[in-house]
Amino acid sequence: MASSSSYNSPCAACKFLRRKCMPGCIFAPYFPPEEPQKFANVHKIFGASNVTKLLNELLPHQREDAVNSLAYEAEARVKDPVYGCVGAISFLQRQIQRLQKELDAANADLIRYAYNEIPPALPPHPGLNPVQSMAPARSRPIQLSRRVDNQAGGFNYQQPLAFPLPYAFPWNENPSGNNDEGGSQDGM
Amino acid sequence: MISGRCAACKYLRRRCPSHCIFSPYFPPNDPQRFACVHRIYGASNVGKMLLKLPPHLRAQTADTLYMEAKCRIQDPVYGCVGIISHLHQQIRIAESQLAKTQAEIAVFNSIAREAQVQEIEADSNFFKNLLPEEITAAGLRSYGYGSPSTQTFKFN
Repeated sequence: MASSSSYNSPCAACKFLRRKCMPGCIFAPYFPPEEPQKFANVHKIFGASNVTKLLNELLPHQREDAVNSLAYEAEARVKDPVYGCVGAISFLQRQIQRLQKELDAANADLIRYAYNEIPPALPPHPGLNPVQSMAPARSRPIQLSRRVDNQAGGFNYQQPLAFPLPYAFPWNENPSGNNDEGGSQDGM
Repeated sequence: MISGRCAACKYLRRRCPSHCIFSPYFPPNDPQRFACVHRIYGASNVGKMLLKLPPHLRAQTADTLYMEAKCRIQDPVYGCVGIISHLHQQIRIAESQLAKTQAEIAVFNSIAREAQVQEIEADSNFFKNLLPEEITAAGLRSYGYGSPSTQTFKFN
């Protein structure tokens, strides 16, 4: 069998396609022969020529993340042919809505405690002044739904999920070094 | 019938057969929908995916394929996986905020509980020091118990 550009064995793509893996094969850096299923999924959903076109439109340093995200989407679509990744998005959006409600309720409790529940006539706690130590209530809800809508351009799919949990990410979840505050991002 | 072609057959410049797999889901008035899907998946792959599914699931499948294709066109590197990653991040932030808020509530709870305990202990000490005959309503009032203006106790 012909050797790949890594001089070891054909990449998973060329093995799958039963062709010679030439030096400079566009797939070889991203589809190692040890992961045949990765290319099999990508080929099944997107097709080799579409993936080639997609990769050729990107800069070399973007291709690895692109391939990994395509592989993730392809695996999701193989496991859930109807909803694919959209099912995971829908699940996560519902989770955020639930958390937002819990946070609203917790903030309401906090405000109630801070302003109503601790009578000023009580002797101060030895280690804590209940008035001075009162943290500012988080009365501004985190604008998750707005941020999600902005980020996704109005993406809001309310269909039921085929199965509950999203999949493990194959790469660092903060590739562009975004801050933890989740500030506005440009397509990550 | 050329005028009745679906968006897919128009795009592919072919006759639209009577049982075209695309026509229910890619109407001619939305050419962009099929163009997106074709660009990312290819007509053949979309057709295969739809054919593998029972008819009642195909509309949803076409919708989700279109959404994913649109995301990929807008973000060629991450596609809708970028959105998933962003949502995960938002969930982490929300959970962290919720944990902090709940911790603050727990602090207030413990202050309130301690205040209640102190109040109960104060009442208990007060009654311990009373003679039995003083524990009457009149006696209590004479000690100022129950009168807001005289609720100052000295604790030993």
